[in-house]
Amino acid sequence: MTTRSFSSVDTGEALPPLDIETTAALVVGGALASRDYTPVHHDRAAAQAQGLPDVFMNILTTNGLVGRYVTDWAGPDAVVTGVKVKLGGPNMPGDTLKIRGKVVAADDGRVDVEVTGENSWGNHVTATVTVALPGA
Amino acid sequence: MLSAEKKKELEEAIYAFVGKPIGPPFTGRDVVNEPMIRQWCDAMGETSPNYLDAVAAEKSPHGGIVAPPMMLQAWVMQGWEMHEGYDEPKNEEHRLHKLLTDAGYEGVLGTDTEQSFSRYLRLGDAVTADTVIEHISEEKATGAGVGYFITTRATFTDQNGAELGWMTFRVLKFIPNQPQQAASDDDGAAQPAKPARIKPPMGHDNSWWWQACTDGKIQIQRCGGCEKLRHPPRPMCGACGSMEWDAVESSGRGTLHTYTVIHYPQFPGYEFPIIAALVDLEEGVRMMSSISGCDYEKVEIGMPLQGVIHEDEDGFALPIFRPREDSQ
Repeated sequence: MTTRSFSSVDTGEALPPLDIETTAALVVGGALASRDYTPVHHDRAAAQAQGLPDVFMNILTTNGLVGRYVTDWAGPDAVVTGVKVKLGGPNMPGDTLKIRGKVVAADDGRVDVEVTGENSWGNHVTATVTVALPGA
Repeated sequence: MLSAEKKKELEEAIYAFVGKPIGPPFTGRDVVNEPMIRQWCDAMGETSPNYLDAVAAEKSPHGGIVAPPMMLQAWVMQGWEMHEGYDEPKNEEHRLHKLLTDAGYEGVLGTDTEQSFSRYLRLGDAVTADTVIEHISEEKATGAGVGYFITTRATFTDQNGAELGWMTFRVLKFIPNQPQQAASDDDGAAQPAKPARIKPPMGHDNSWWWQACTDGKIQIQRCGGCEKLRHPPRPMCGACGSMEWDAVESSGRGTLHTYTVIHYPQFPGYEFPIIAALVDLEEGVRMMSSISGCDYEKVEIGMPLQGVIHEDEDGFALPIFRPREDSQ
């Protein structure tokens, strides 16, 4: 695991794609790992009462996956300094979350990566993650 | 539906929360610790040694194990008690949510969040969150239902009072559109309904046109009095006032009058971006449709187009247009 140097990154670079199979274990496990016991993330009946067919991923899990996606590419010593996340449709068990990303800005040792996550409902998440890289 | 008076009362009550802290600053129940980090990394598929391997992390710029930055909020989540819901509000945010829930705005969905991290958290750090209700929108109609967007801002500090970062978090408190039927009749497993295109309203004056699409034809209505063509379908001729009509089949050949590209919001059931187009058919009428088979950056006003009938997976048929190769 090596960390990207800032000078090796160009705007427009595409990150390797990542497809994540959404399982009940991931939805529930992610919610509990983030200490989010809101019933819609572990109880199907509660999700259905809100008009959705099944439990759905909480924002912290989506954030966690987006963060992991960027640092898997940038390397362990890249430092995440900020993130903006916009949620679209829900992400539920049985669906595949297709995560894609590209570098949209690189300035003064910091890189902005735009990340999208799509599933069969359409757009689940659009995020911009800012990471500081060594070797500016 | 609330009466205007009840709604005014509700809005006065909820807007009074803007600017209020949700309660005293809340310090997480546990300091930053390896078991919680490991549980998070398992779920997220994190493999970074800086989170998981004390020996490797010691040589990292952090000098020891750190928590994944996206975990920041997890350290100050209430945890187990959240499953009970907030019938008995425990803080100002719950009281605000309960006011809305009791008025029928029962749903809650996170919509967006922004976070900034001043430093990574190390083992033993104690995180405190100071959270303020920053903003409440006016009532909005959304895909999920009608509701209010509530923005909170949390400032995170460590055991020495130094800032660790901040977060804004926006939720929609809404009146759910339609509860799903709980289960199918066989094994009780509810399947997610695959979202499909929103269907147009169909009535006496236009359903024949959509039926023709299903039969594979793009039709144009023709006046029975003066033979003028018109689209979209309607009962009376705008030229001579006749209510007699029949229809002719269009060749589908046309040129692009104008267009717009829709990137966002991305409704389920459509492929994005959508190139929404107004097409001048060679027969002389103009049709609202969309263009496929062409990169949106290559679309040009005046380009030749060919209309074809497209059938969705659910059987719904409609004309779409593709670039036309021949230039006759």
